[in-house]
Amino acid sequence: MAQLSPLNDAHVAAGASFTDFAGWQMPVRYSSDLAEHHAVRTAAGLFDLSHMGEIVVLGPQAADALDHALAGRLSALEQGQAKYTLLLNETGGILDDLVVYRTGADRYFVVANAANRLTVADAITQRTASFDADVYDESDDIALIAIQGPRALEILQNVEELGIEAGDERPEDREEPDIENALAGLKYYRSLSGTFQDHPVLIARTGYTGEDGFELYVAPDDAPALWDALLETGAGAGLAPAGLASRDTLRLEAGMPLYGHELSDHTFPSQAGLGRVVALEKPADFVGRAAIEAGPPADARVLVGLAGDGKRAARADYLIFARGSDGEPVGRVTSGALSPTLGHPIAMAFVDADLSTPGTELDVDVRGTRVAFTVTNLPFYRRKKN
Amino acid sequence: MALPSDRRYTAEHEWVLLDGDIATVGITDYAAEKLGDVVFVDLPAVGSDAAEGAVVGEIESTKSVGELFAPVSGEVVEINDAVVDSPELVNTDPFGAGWLVKVRVSDVALLEDLLDATAYAALTGVGA
Repeated sequence: MAQLSPLNDAHVAAGASFTDFAGWQMPVRYSSDLAEHHAVRTAAGLFDLSHMGEIVVLGPQAADALDHALAGRLSALEQGQAKYTLLLNETGGILDDLVVYRTGADRYFVVANAANRLTVADAITQRTASFDADVYDESDDIALIAIQGPRALEILQNVEELGIEAGDERPEDREEPDIENALAGLKYYRSLSGTFQDHPVLIARTGYTGEDGFELYVAPDDAPALWDALLETGAGAGLAPAGLASRDTLRLEAGMPLYGHELSDHTFPSQAGLGRVVALEKPADFVGRAAIEAGPPADARVLVGLAGDGKRAARADYLIFARGSDGEPVGRVTSGALSPTLGHPIAMAFVDADLSTPGTELDVDVRGTRVAFTVTNLPFYRRKKN
Repeated sequence: MALPSDRRYTAEHEWVLLDGDIATVGITDYAAEKLGDVVFVDLPAVGSDAAEGAVVGEIESTKSVGELFAPVSGEVVEINDAVVDSPELVNTDPFGAGWLVKVRVSDVALLEDLLDATAYAALTGVGA
């Protein structure tokens, strides 16, 4: 029996089609993948990501504990700052990719992929056992709603009953903090403690679509009212509920890796272009350091972008060959689709390092037909900054 | 959407509408819904032979690929150029403008072996 999101009733009422995702019944689309994709690129989309895992690390040594458990230097985060990081295994492979928020001097909030939630919670618990910090898997008590797109800010600013949590240190006579300015001033990969209908909501300027946007962490009981308020507020601005199908094409265009496709427990970060995520300069020893310092095997393939002409998509697991070659494959596609924004096929793939230079021409075996692709820089799509 | 009762259906979620010995073939709304937005269709050459059960084309959505099986044996006499140019017709009008190919059927009597609307509805669990 699949686990249901606290927003399941809203999805059913909206006529969503569902898919099983890591044991959860989640919306794959409401009406049209393409319309939802374009809504995020041109206006805004609303995503239910309540399947994601949330793990809290709390204690005087929480920072040191995570410096040891994870690849990044989490101790360097300021309060309210977030970081993209990795959970590595001893052999340098990736057990999950994570976003970690520092939500207090002694408190971190770790967001894991749904499929890896238990792996991440167990690994962090074990690796931090000797530190003065406690680990809590709060995934079942936290829902996640993302609003993404160029109009996300304006919509969020207009949600009634959304406010900023009043800090204890705030003098009684000071003015109420202004949520509109706070949201506008919130930088990318920063979070603030907000309220919705007087209940706490962690508001983060993060996302997985390549657009500006926010992710809102709330208690499951509060999620339906927030979801409805967002949809109501955004109706005139083109906000549409968006399913996992559009989320996948959006992140692909933005060149963002997906665990299980681009990342795995036998993929070194550097192979996937994530070498910079591993903080080798931090003083702490951390799980995977020795293997990362030794580096991947000399013949390790590397992640590239592929772009094609025409309409035929190269999809996950399709084999890649040198142009015109009948020889052995030189790589394998990890994700691919006809890009809704660009109108041509795009893919991410691991290829032999000597064929990874942008401009290299390759063939992909698309169900028995060789289709021409060219190695290209990631991301495929980059939003115009204001 | 009510299933048209003027045609036959297959377990591969295709429909076949016979006019004389020409069968028009498409995919059902159920199949189109399962695929998601169709972004590319690859159809057989006009004049090619279609053997019943053989893969004669592909229907791609952003998420996946569906194969077009020949529901009856015969010769492909026409393909829908409009759907090649505008694959979204498969989603917007699967039983009409989203038709895919026309086949001159070798043995019209064999169409009787295909499902009628009631049987197909039972197969998909959707009311006819």
